[in-house]
Amino acid sequence: MNILVCVKPVPNPEKYADIKIDPSTKRLIREGVPSIINPADRNALEEALLLREQHGGKVTVLSMAPETAADRMTECLAMGADEAFILSDKTFAGADTFGTSKTLAKAASLIGDFDLILFGNESADGATAHVPVQVAEWLGLPHLSRISSIEAENEAFIVSRKGDSGKQRFRIKMPCVLAVNSDINKPRFVNAMGLIKAKKKPLNVWNCADLGLDPQEVGIGGSPTKAGALLAPDMNRSGESLGTDAETIAERIARFIGKTGA
Amino acid sequence: MNFNFTEDQIMLREAFATFIKEEIAPKAAEWDEKNETAVDLMPMMGEMGILGVFVPETYGGVGLGHTERVMALEEIARYSAGLAMMVFTHQLGMAAILDYGTEEQKLKYLPDMCAGTSICGLAVTEPGGGSDVAGQKTTAELVDGKWVINGRKCFITNSHCADHPILTCKTGEDEKGRATFSAIMIDKGTEGFMPGREENKLGLRGSMTGELIANNACVPEENLIGEVGKGTPIAMKEIGEVGRASMAAIATGIIRGCLEDSVKFANERIVYGKPISKLQAIQFHIADIRVAYESAKLMLYKAAAVKDEGKPVATDFSMAKYYATEKACECARKTIEIMGGYGVVNEYAAGRYMRDALACISSGGTSEIQKIIIAGDTIRNFK
Repeated sequence: MNILVCVKPVPNPEKYADIKIDPSTKRLIREGVPSIINPADRNALEEALLLREQHGGKVTVLSMAPETAADRMTECLAMGADEAFILSDKTFAGADTFGTSKTLAKAASLIGDFDLILFGNESADGATAHVPVQVAEWLGLPHLSRISSIEAENEAFIVSRKGDSGKQRFRIKMPCVLAVNSDINKPRFVNAMGLIKAKKKPLNVWNCADLGLDPQEVGIGGSPTKAGALLAPDMNRSGESLGTDAETIAERIARFIGKTGA
Repeated sequence: MNFNFTEDQIMLREAFATFIKEEIAPKAAEWDEKNETAVDLMPMMGEMGILGVFVPETYGGVGLGHTERVMALEEIARYSAGLAMMVFTHQLGMAAILDYGTEEQKLKYLPDMCAGTSICGLAVTEPGGGSDVAGQKTTAELVDGKWVINGRKCFITNSHCADHPILTCKTGEDEKGRATFSAIMIDKGTEGFMPGREENKLGLRGSMTGELIANNACVPEENLIGEVGKGTPIAMKEIGEVGRASMAAIATGIIRGCLEDSVKFANERIVYGKPISKLQAIQFHIADIRVAYESAKLMLYKAAAVKDEGKPVATDFSMAKYYATEKACECARKTIEIMGGYGVVNEYAAGRYMRDALACISSGGTSEIQKIIIAGDTIRNFK
């Protein structure tokens, strides 16, 4: 079974306090902020490795990221992936989910020969959960999100996801795209031998020309989303005495709630 | 000269740190409070490559060096100096097998030890003293192809959990009538061999420390590690270059704990409307801890790099151990002072750092023993 796992380097949550937003581009300034593999993507990779252990095959990791993310891809290889691809080109910068998914889908079609594309359900920074679905649509593949278990069965997968009123089970034909929740498994740790082996595994870097995409179709140029105003929430707090009379306090609280529209 | 870790070493440290933060850090306080030894974590640490990081791949290790070994110990000791103590003592015995064992012994014992499925140790200290190696009373006599061992070792780390402890035993005398010693491995469960009293320690409580008692314990002749009569140099080399390196690493980890906890507390603790990190009195303490940490690191990793080059390094590790353990005590005290009343509350780790740091001083030779070693080397080489 050949599985493609899409991963995204995201800012390390321990360093969120250091993250700034560029007021002109309204994008995160990622330089200087250490990245980690998006936590849900680690679950996706773990699930791919578990499926490979059961059914054999190959696990390939794909990411659209600056070349500086090579360490994160090495981490994926150290976890056990067989090969990694980084899509890295200045023209990819500023992509929204539309531009990102188009780029990933093109790379996936070039890598080809997969039975399953796995994603983490959403990224820790953007949290849109758009990309898995959009990649599937670009590729014309069936897809499901928020998956909590996967079993392979006769050219298909039996998958489940938890809903508010119970568990839903689906049968989805190969090849397909699945986005997994973080409750699907506990990702393995990267160990020392894994890191040593990772250095001997192929880590490929593809740019826009390698993908054969028009630079106008990708990155900020190929992204219809335009960020509006950026407003920092007002974190200042002030106290107000409501007096000591219960009826007056209740009346003032009711008036306050009414005023805020809560 | 290059003071930077390689990219591979940085990634390895990150990988170890991720594991340690998840599997060790949350339990460290409980191990300390209950005086528990996390023996069940050994296979996981084996899987991570921590235990056999310095052992060649042929024997089940990772094939890296002592720089990576002490790096892992520093990371563990940042959260649990006690567990680091258990790990290093295991590695101390492994190092003796690796450096002096036969090919057969290496292939027989090291793979399981790297995997953490069997635990090793090195037992030298006796009730009469630890650094007085020549005063050991434990004997081993070769009778009909078996070593018959009698004696009592004390203050032995991994005493109750080691599957294959290596004991130094008196096996003869040299031409001047001085006792000579040999290093002999005794398998757990050998008739006549058992752990004795387990100590209730002040610090380093995530590791078990106690007695090993041999009463006519018979082990095969091939359990000898190295040559007959060479037990003292074997023990001295491993304690000097692996044991003291490890104690320096553990103390450096404790200092890092002091540094990180002090800064966090000082930034969060608001007094008179501002964090106490704005106060110079606090800043001076933090600066002292930072300097101690950077200095301890430099001494430790410089010595480890020299060892990995295969050069003699015992004095460098003595200096690193002496400096780091003494500074760990000072830094733990400063951390407690920065935290004020919170510093002496056991919900915070500062008190544990203090107890662990104090317990580090006697392990691998007290500060006075280190100073004797350092002075001897200095007087010889700075004429």
